[in-house]
Amino acid sequence: MTREIAVVAFAQTDHRRSTEESSEVEMLMPVLHEVLDRTGLKTADIGFTCSGSSDYLAGRAFSFTLALDGVGAWPPISESHVEMDGAWALYEAWTKLLTGDADTALVYSYGKCSPGSVRDVLTRQLDPYYVAPLWPDAVALAALQAQALIDAGDTDEPALAAVGARSRADAAANPHAQLAGRVPQGDYVVRPLRTGDCPPIGDGAAAVVLAAGERARELCERPAWIRGIDHRIEAHALGVRDLTDSPSTRLAAEKAGAFEGPVDTAELHAPFSAQEVVLRKALRLGDGVRVNPSGGALAAHPVMAAGLIRIGEAAARIHRGESDRALAHATSGPCLQQNLVAVLEGDPR
Amino acid sequence: MSKEPVAVVGIGQTKHVAARRDVSIAGLVREAALRALQDAELTWADVDAVVIGKAPDFFEGVMMPELYLADALGAVGKPMLRVHTAGSVGGSTALVAANLVAARVHGTVLTLAFEKQSESNAMWGLSLPIPFQQPLLAGAGGFFAPHVRAYMRRSGAPDTVGSLVAYKDRRNALKNPCAHLHEHDITLEKVQASPMLWDPIRYSETCPSSDGACAMVLTDRAGAARAPRPPAWMLGGAMRSEPTLFAGKDFVSPQAGKDCAADVYRQAGIADPRRDIDAVEMYVPFSWYEPMWLENLGFAEEGEGWKLTESGVTELDGDLPVNMSGGVLSTNPIGASGMIRFAEAALQVRGLAGEHQVDGARKVLGHAYGGGSQFFSMWLVGSQPPGS
Repeated sequence: MTREIAVVAFAQTDHRRSTEESSEVEMLMPVLHEVLDRTGLKTADIGFTCSGSSDYLAGRAFSFTLALDGVGAWPPISESHVEMDGAWALYEAWTKLLTGDADTALVYSYGKCSPGSVRDVLTRQLDPYYVAPLWPDAVALAALQAQALIDAGDTDEPALAAVGARSRADAAANPHAQLAGRVPQGDYVVRPLRTGDCPPIGDGAAAVVLAAGERARELCERPAWIRGIDHRIEAHALGVRDLTDSPSTRLAAEKAGAFEGPVDTAELHAPFSAQEVVLRKALRLGDGVRVNPSGGALAAHPVMAAGLIRIGEAAARIHRGESDRALAHATSGPCLQQNLVAVLEGDPR
Repeated sequence: MSKEPVAVVGIGQTKHVAARRDVSIAGLVREAALRALQDAELTWADVDAVVIGKAPDFFEGVMMPELYLADALGAVGKPMLRVHTAGSVGGSTALVAANLVAARVHGTVLTLAFEKQSESNAMWGLSLPIPFQQPLLAGAGGFFAPHVRAYMRRSGAPDTVGSLVAYKDRRNALKNPCAHLHEHDITLEKVQASPMLWDPIRYSETCPSSDGACAMVLTDRAGAARAPRPPAWMLGGAMRSEPTLFAGKDFVSPQAGKDCAADVYRQAGIADPRRDIDAVEMYVPFSWYEPMWLENLGFAEEGEGWKLTESGVTELDGDLPVNMSGGVLSTNPIGASGMIRFAEAALQVRGLAGEHQVDGARKVLGHAYGGGSQFFSMWLVGSQPPGS
């Protein structure tokens, strides 16, 4: 008998182009307080804490060690950190709760893109000997993927523009979004991608509380049960991948049980409009599925938190009774190299 | 809720050296991974997931290197997690991997940690200025030296103890073919005559800067039953964190370290660590941390740790051998150093530690710490499965 584990609370910052006036800890603390307040828990009540972030955004080693001070880590806490998007921190916490070693977990992540040029910074993710020295940036690589999709007849520029327009229109109802409402498709950044096909550069943080079994029901009126969660990685070299497809997403979805029943909502971590096309196909999402009602990553993209926010947004819809079975997706690496899929369900109404 | 018992069935390390100019980062990690698979007599296809750890990405200048390393580690199509908890990361990485098995999410997991320090400059990586924060002052030694001094004052330890630890660890390293420093002509006098770097820490009481990787294959009960060589069983494992800087912190014996050890002992049913544990691989980057951690881990009363060291208890043939492998003082690929401690503990209870094997080692502790004594991770492994 495996344990039932649920997302019981979610909080995020307002995502902004720049938060020069505050440190990472200052950006994070209100979110941590908010998510704990929602459950009535205090730091000392939490069984396990796990965070996700990247030193490269802060531009210095061990940047996460200071963020821990914002949690209030005294007396000492059981804690861990992944140098990945917070969605993977949630995965580690989920594993920990499955072992029975803890009943509750606090998961948080944050990213400040404003201190540097995130396009340049992300090139440092690439093969350090053969690719990174050429500085191909994240938009250029995403443009390769978009062009491959257009060449394959999977999409065209007007369809991509529609993805951007829908995302930003939906974001109008999201008070945390950075870009919302009518946003023009704009000029080309790297052909065929225009500004409207690309995520805004921004700063932000997010936090989630997980709980197991009865504890989840005590802490949340309608817990978002994690029915399955899985993640898979693909080869790094773009030359050996079919950029029009995402086999890792499909496999993760299969292992998470996404195809065992219809979902009504999908929060997809697709920083570029064309990536939504790839993900919709891999996840077999029909037109009846509400995709990115939050506005998705095209409306706000704090790197390292954007994936965790997808899980949080999907769970929050279940908490509010707006969804019964939702899919959440997070990605990492260039052109959707690594993908995580979670299936969340509310109790039957 | 019962956990699946976790067994270590494969261990692989590189020969640690100052600079592995003959291999890329991918080549380095693959070497350790292949050796671990070879030990377990398994292939890449038998691995369900990969959990990788290293210390700051700035050390090699590669952001989130797990993305680039997916191909080299046979992870394509599999789940891959990347852990980073500062210096304790090697231990934490092993524990995250172990939890995947314990939770029955996966049957067999490859876990690996590495550092290729020659690709960059660790001193620089550790010394970037942070606004409104106390600087770390020329790497780690400058930060830790005052805490060593505080220990000496509190315990009344004679100032010869640090060199005894270094002399012992460097001699132990001569028996470990993977160790970085093989100082065949080492003498106690040479250690004591080495230059003072951060008073009271001398050059020879300081860890080297190494390139290296360490890998382990962790598996469930069924996997252990198929293993060709004796497995090491995880009897307990825990992580604890506390802030690096706050007024109430005890830098000499941090509460997080005590709590972490207590949790491991509770899980493993250890009532008296001094009696029940046969040997320890502990994270000692500066020699004085041996007596300090002996107290923090409950092997000695407060202020008494140095007496164990001085009386030879922690020697390879002593009653409680510490750092049989030569320890961090002889080999320090930072991100891998914690996992090496965990792996060496497992080698001991498997009886496969070669020349630095402790006779009859049945329960051995692996210990790692990181940050400004902020993060702790430990595991206790045994030659028999839990509950037996």
